[in-house]
Amino acid sequence: MKHLLSMADLGVDGIEEILRVTESFVEVTARDIPRVPALRGKTIVSLFYEESTRTRLSFESAAKRLSADVMTFSVATSSVQKGESLKDTVETIQAMGMDAVVVRHASAGVPWQVSQWVDASVVNAGDGWHEHPTQALLDAYTIRERLGSLEGRRIAIVGDVKHSRVARSNVLGFHALGAEVTLVAPPTLLPPSLEGWPCEVTTDLDALLPKLDVIYVLRMQRERMTEAVLPSMREYTSRYGLTARRAANLPDGALVMHPGPMNRGVEIAAEVADAPGTVITRQVANGVAVRMAVLFLLLGSGASIA
Amino acid sequence: MAERERYLTPPLGGVFVARAHVMTADDVRRAVTRIAHEILERNRGLSELVLIGLQTGGVPLAERLTEELARIEGTDVPVGTLDVAFYRDDIGLRPVLPETVTNIPFDLTGRTVVLVDDVLFTGRTIRAALNALADYGRAKAVQLAVMVDRGHRELPIRPDFVGKNLPTRRDEMVDVSDEGVVLGDMVPTRP
Repeated sequence: MKHLLSMADLGVDGIEEILRVTESFVEVTARDIPRVPALRGKTIVSLFYEESTRTRLSFESAAKRLSADVMTFSVATSSVQKGESLKDTVETIQAMGMDAVVVRHASAGVPWQVSQWVDASVVNAGDGWHEHPTQALLDAYTIRERLGSLEGRRIAIVGDVKHSRVARSNVLGFHALGAEVTLVAPPTLLPPSLEGWPCEVTTDLDALLPKLDVIYVLRMQRERMTEAVLPSMREYTSRYGLTARRAANLPDGALVMHPGPMNRGVEIAAEVADAPGTVITRQVANGVAVRMAVLFLLLGSGASIA
Repeated sequence: MAERERYLTPPLGGVFVARAHVMTADDVRRAVTRIAHEILERNRGLSELVLIGLQTGGVPLAERLTEELARIEGTDVPVGTLDVAFYRDDIGLRPVLPETVTNIPFDLTGRTVVLVDDVLFTGRTIRAALNALADYGRAKAVQLAVMVDRGHRELPIRPDFVGKNLPTRRDEMVDVSDEGVVLGDMVPTRP
């Protein structure tokens, strides 16, 4: 496989192989010297058309820990401000020589489009409402690390599913690994069609809580909410927010996850976010190892991951 | 990495056909005992000594050596495992994937490391292992123990402890297991 654009392209074997190699990179990242020479001489470009802290830093530190050279492209300081098109920008970077490009963009399908233009490997780091495959991989890895397996696990994905690329990738990934996924959201925060999504849907979070192995809280993406989807954020919190009272109804050992950045007090209460059952910082730590595995499999291993 | 696995990874592919049994299980057992004594003699005991088996063929051998050292001296030696996939110099030339996760749960600084592998061939795996070890601390000394030295070195590397020196052709294959050491050929499966 040359690109990582969607969880749908990977299949169970591809996901399993990435998670297996991730384990080796978790060992590397835990060392005093968390660096290996595997991608010496390779150039990886991070092309972020949308703001991001953790994903960009995570990819860049993954690339550096593999000894690759990293070129960072940030829209604010680039010729995009002078009106350069995406295609011209990509071709300019390609002319300087690159082996992989990590793309984030507010529009769905941009990573695929870039993959049609360049010879390099393309990694989707989030495209619009479409997908965010490395997030799904690091979430699956984190659940596995804590619970051993996803097989038969009950996972609820709660919140702003409509605007969430994380929800789409995670439903595909969790389902492929054998979990039972339920989406919990007000109807206005669900996509127009859920046809083909391998999951259940409910609006009753409280009934579901005692049966869950994992509750995955999504960020309320206020910047993407162009129409009135909710009467108020307070109303949302009262019905769907993971408050301390709700968290107390989760079974012992259930995991609380969030892709970040969190709106504390909206979708998740501050005391829940900092409680011992949450694995949010573990998700971030595993993110670097997962991205090392993806970059290594695409650029270094010579092996096929799908 | 055990040669069998290396040869079974694409694009090489093929079936191992045994030709000669060069060491029996008893020969291997006696060689392990002798190497254990040599390690003790050379290092004057076991203090500050650790064994590290190279994935995958060196791991069972490192465990047998540890048992033997414990039997002779009555103390346990720390034993680790190392997968050198991310340090190989043929990344990009052929499929390179880690077989298992490296496990070195101790600091190497100030200790004498005995690297253990089943077969020493070109020396490139050992070169990768030496680079990897440096990322786990500054060992006082590194020594190399192998069951079979089959020649054809491409780097200035030599073993400190050898089970058997076995002259081979480059295209032959050596398989080390609990049942002994077998010399054979890889017969391609593809037309």
